[in-house]
Amino acid sequence: MSKILVIADQKQNKLKKSTLEVLSEAKKLADKSGLALEAVILGEAIADEAKVLAHYGVSKVYTIENSIFKNYLNQPYIDGIKKAIEASSPRLVLVPTCESVKDYLPGLVGATNACGVMDCSSVDIDGNTVSIERPLMAAKAVSKMQSSDDLIILSIRSGSFDAVEADTSLSCDIESIDLGTLDIKAIFKELISAQSDRVSLDDASVVVACGRGVKDKAGFELIEKLADVFGAAVGSTRALVENGVAEASLQVGQTGKVVSPDLYIAIGISGAVQHTAGMSNSKVIVAINKDEEAPIFALADYGLVGDLFDIVPKLTEAVKELKS
Amino acid sequence: MKFFVCCKQVPDVAMAFQIKDGELQKDDLNYVLNAYDASAIEESLVIQSNVSELDLSLVLIGAEKGKEALRKGLAMGAKEAFHIEGDAFEGSDSHSAANVLEAFFKDKDYDAILCGKQSQDMDMGLTSGLLAQKLSIPYVTNAVALKVNEEAKTITVTRQGDEGQEMIELPFPCIVSCSNDMNEPRIPSLRGIMQSKKKPMNKIGVADLGLSEDQVGKSGSKSTLLSMDFPKARKAGEKFQGDADELVSTLIDKLTNEAKVL
Repeated sequence: MSKILVIADQKQNKLKKSTLEVLSEAKKLADKSGLALEAVILGEAIADEAKVLAHYGVSKVYTIENSIFKNYLNQPYIDGIKKAIEASSPRLVLVPTCESVKDYLPGLVGATNACGVMDCSSVDIDGNTVSIERPLMAAKAVSKMQSSDDLIILSIRSGSFDAVEADTSLSCDIESIDLGTLDIKAIFKELISAQSDRVSLDDASVVVACGRGVKDKAGFELIEKLADVFGAAVGSTRALVENGVAEASLQVGQTGKVVSPDLYIAIGISGAVQHTAGMSNSKVIVAINKDEEAPIFALADYGLVGDLFDIVPKLTEAVKELKS
Repeated sequence: MKFFVCCKQVPDVAMAFQIKDGELQKDDLNYVLNAYDASAIEESLVIQSNVSELDLSLVLIGAEKGKEALRKGLAMGAKEAFHIEGDAFEGSDSHSAANVLEAFFKDKDYDAILCGKQSQDMDMGLTSGLLAQKLSIPYVTNAVALKVNEEAKTITVTRQGDEGQEMIELPFPCIVSCSNDMNEPRIPSLRGIMQSKKKPMNKIGVADLGLSEDQVGKSGSKSTLLSMDFPKARKAGEKFQGDADELVSTLIDKLTNEAKVL
């Protein structure tokens, strides 16, 4: 085994929290097994982030800068990262899971004839073998897997590892890779996004999430107000997305995002596995529900049994006071 | 036009299940058509009703009982099913499933292959992209809406991305993996169920695909599933009752002084 390569992910010129988690664990694995740690980063303008990667113990960074990354299409990522893999020739590639990664990684695994495993929660190297744990059966079970393939590409579930502090004294080699001429059959047409100033679910340290209990848009606004005093992201269950109260991008769960904030406040959420599959890794969970028997209470560190329409406005006021 | 939907039969994950000595106890499980695949079939049928002509076939790799999942898809309205069946296919990972599907599609004509975005039991989501790479055709995953342009021979996919919904146009032939957020799959009518019994169910074995047994199933896999277990359960914490003012001040106190997250 030679090297570990991390595919770094950034948003608005900042490395994502999930990338820092993966880098930190990759560094631990690399040190333990005597491997070099390298990284690749792709984007429109990423020179600054490339330097920051060094602060996490990366010895070499491959940068792929191109205006094509303005809008997401999978082919440029597949072609670009394949070039980085050829240049670095790692044995193990780690990347934090997100919707784009879930999209391009299968193609990358195919293009490099690698062994791919998605959404891993733990990784270990023992000699020639890589051991993996990952959730399955709607996160109601955990599996142990193994591969001894020549190239193993794993996506890592958010919140699986703790991010270490950056060491800003470190620096590293940076090598730019030219994407070259691309043959892209897909055409990007449009991004339909509900622009919000709120922190994104992936990066939030506090998530205020709601389910069917909030009933309608008016109830949802109470949740948004609470989220704003916390500086939190808003999350939702699938039920609320389906009835049009919440945006699809806010959905947390098996078919939505997997989050692991320091504090997750589940309001009017019963706690079906399809939802809890996406949030049970949160550090502290608060549940507010009027049904004392709601399954969400089995996960919650602190459960408030009561009417959310009474509790949430009062909680909003109390937090506002505390923060001011 | 000609569409295929790749299907999988999966255990109903909503039901309780047992794990003994690291193995899922399969006898107690109830098997169903993977919900994401049902959405892919439904979407194809919706497209079918809006275009001049669309021929829809299904393909499934799996045990004998997998024909029930195919039968359901036929009852929903698909025209024909291909059941890739045999002991050799047992224990496939995504790589080995993609090998088999590549062999199946090599001599087929198709405009689009639709898949569920992942299987409900494994939640892996690799097969569609792997297959696209093997067939050298473009793909998009996690579709929440599809629009076909019959004349231009393109399909416009709306996918749920990280920053919102991304609209991406793909030329035929292509692969699209579907989210269950795109539709509510129809329940087969009694008439549909009766008709499904007369629709072709083609059985295909390893040799029919020009593959050898070591290219499929467990031997064709790149990863091995060693064991399964239940995750460490989170311990339920404290539950508080009372009026809203009391509850709020208790929570603030706990979050500030005990959990230290405020």
